[in-house]
Amino acid sequence: MDLSVKPEYRQFREEVRDFLNESLTDDIRAAGRLGTSVFHDKERAMAWQKILHAKGWAAPHWPKQYGGTGWDVVQRSIFAEECLRADAPQLIPMGLHMCGPCIIGCGTDEQKAYYLPRILSGEDFWCQGYSEPGAGSDLAALQTTAVSDGDDYIVNGTKIWTTYAHYANKIFCLVRTNKDCKPQEGITFLLMDMDAPGVTVEPIIGLDGVREQNTVFFDNVRVPKSNRIGEENQGWTVAKFLLTFERGGQEYAPGLYHYLQQIKAIAEQEGDGFGGRLSDDPHFMRRVHEAEIEISALEFTENRIKAALGSGQSPGAVASMTKIVGTELSQKLTELAIEAVGVAGLPLQLEALEPGSGVAPIGPEYALTAMPRYLNTRATSIYGGSNEIQRGIIAKMVLGL
Amino acid sequence: MNFELSEEQQMLVDSISKFLQNDYDFESRRKLAVSELGYSADNWKTFAELGWLSVPFAEENGGFGGTALDVMLMMEAFGKALITEPFIPTVILGGRLVEVLGSAEQKESLLAAVIQGELQMALAYDEPGARGNPSCVAAKAEQSGDSYSISGQKVMVLNGHAADKLLVTARTAGGLTDADGISVFVVDAKDAGVEVTAYPSMEGGRAANIVLNGAKGELLGAAGKALPALEVVLDEAVIAMGSEAVGAMEVLYKTTVDYCKTRKQFGIPIGKFQVLQHRMVEMFMAHELTQSTMYMAGLRNLEGGDIAKKAASAFKVQVGKAGRYIGQQAVQLHGGMGMTDELNVGFYFKRLTAIDALLGNMDYHLNRYASVA
Repeated sequence: MDLSVKPEYRQFREEVRDFLNESLTDDIRAAGRLGTSVFHDKERAMAWQKILHAKGWAAPHWPKQYGGTGWDVVQRSIFAEECLRADAPQLIPMGLHMCGPCIIGCGTDEQKAYYLPRILSGEDFWCQGYSEPGAGSDLAALQTTAVSDGDDYIVNGTKIWTTYAHYANKIFCLVRTNKDCKPQEGITFLLMDMDAPGVTVEPIIGLDGVREQNTVFFDNVRVPKSNRIGEENQGWTVAKFLLTFERGGQEYAPGLYHYLQQIKAIAEQEGDGFGGRLSDDPHFMRRVHEAEIEISALEFTENRIKAALGSGQSPGAVASMTKIVGTELSQKLTELAIEAVGVAGLPLQLEALEPGSGVAPIGPEYALTAMPRYLNTRATSIYGGSNEIQRGIIAKMVLGL
Repeated sequence: MNFELSEEQQMLVDSISKFLQNDYDFESRRKLAVSELGYSADNWKTFAELGWLSVPFAEENGGFGGTALDVMLMMEAFGKALITEPFIPTVILGGRLVEVLGSAEQKESLLAAVIQGELQMALAYDEPGARGNPSCVAAKAEQSGDSYSISGQKVMVLNGHAADKLLVTARTAGGLTDADGISVFVVDAKDAGVEVTAYPSMEGGRAANIVLNGAKGELLGAAGKALPALEVVLDEAVIAMGSEAVGAMEVLYKTTVDYCKTRKQFGIPIGKFQVLQHRMVEMFMAHELTQSTMYMAGLRNLEGGDIAKKAASAFKVQVGKAGRYIGQQAVQLHGGMGMTDELNVGFYFKRLTAIDALLGNMDYHLNRYASVA
């Protein structure tokens, strides 16, 4: 047990930092700086993905043979930290982090050869068709049907909360192929074209005033069976593979530290109402320091999980814990941020938030993102398996209750 | 001890509830909130005709002779419908400050117009970095002849985009946070030295930041001695806005309970899950406790002095805490639907979030509570 950092990691960090300094334009950095959700500006995130792809760094978490970097977990963390520090936009996760791993884990050689390069290059833009109006936390209750018709399936149903479906040319879906069994056993994983006849997309406007999500309707959409990942009725297993891939790989602490530093910087700038700085206010700073201690507890939990992964162990249901703690801490930080900026967080400034809009913010720029982030971050304890569901998983799988 | 409403109070609440039920549905509120004015001028006329704008003013000033308790009941009812009409900025922060500080002529010229719904007002007191503290004033006023010339910056001026007359705080003496030396001025919103940057506010409605560049101001009350009156009126506004929050909290927890009774997952209504039941019980209790604090603040306001100050600050802290809990849990329990602008949940959540930031947040009022004897 030790905390020493191998010299080659320092060198790696330098290499990453140099590359980011050279290749991130101000315009692309604006998308990272002004992002108020995990889904950053599409145009600039994709421009950044192209630059990373040219360097071979678009998918550090993929196996090397499919276009990954071959970095170990420490290198991946260093890369993530440096990207945050440089205000790089976050890459849109649906292809790289969600669909790609499913294809890697469960796809045929032909599917891998066709889809994976198109995900890396950004040629295909994916969205995720899991939730339905009647199937949220209870995902296995999904009712979108795929009925066999020769070499095709005919798909009918509705998917909801489909982030960026209005940009996507592809959607990966969980559909029902069998009703006469346990709900989880009759689900199939299908890849579909968004421009196929019978697919329509309607916007959902968020409480932050932004269109991020959509409802997607399927009306007799014909999908070749060759677009199925895994066997028929094995879609739940394919989807679960993604969850282990994702949970093991997702780290919250670097992003949380980064945001905490921003909050401290705001506190240095903001007045305390008595002629001093907010950073002199012991009541506010006490909460900042409490949050920092909680982040370090999460950081070392994530380090322990990474170490276990590195030695080939599966993190299992403990990974639900990082989702719960990570999202709830990020919510806590956004609370601190809106408290720090005070009434300067209240003007609604959707245009000024668009990178490249040229619209000057009302009040300080650091106040611009605080409220939209606070509002948007409420979703983190709802999506990806709500935190109630995650606690249920730990109760059942870890504690045996 | 008696918490029953008088006959007059009951009539007032009933008339407001009736109006809101018949003429203030959520869809029209949604349209008003994003309109150029941010509220309805027609509704404002109706408020005047029904006498609501006269409630807190003394009878000798043409008012109804009501108290903070009457305003509290009105605002609780308004909060249930999330109204965007500028009752607090024009009637409380504007009108009441004129009533407390103004000369006979000022009261006569301004209050009648407020009561008749013909004059919009705003109090421009908060400044960048002041965090709602009325004694933190950097704006300066210099006497020139029989009027004053005011320069400074004011932020988040409620109704600042629509006000005809602004009440502006500025220093005629003293350092940044001195209690002495703060004066209030009546400034015409159209004065050449007034620069208004209006914006939509994140929870609906509009407000403004205001820069004063040698704006012409007429003194309201004695020079340099305005802070005690400002505190009195700001506390009335805190009670009014907190009461609005209590109304919003009630709608929010009840809406959530109804939703959890009907939304089914895993084959049963999600309200059957104990973990969610307990969460809703906490929401219910948070609302009840905040409503009790509201009554405390309203009743103690009648006593005046430090007791009134302390109670108002206590109420604002409780409103901040309970509003955050109820708002966040309402969104969480509605799941994805709570994150959209399709349901009213998000709008109530955002209003409660804004209320904590306005008129001094939890930290500010906790400090103030501790500093008042």
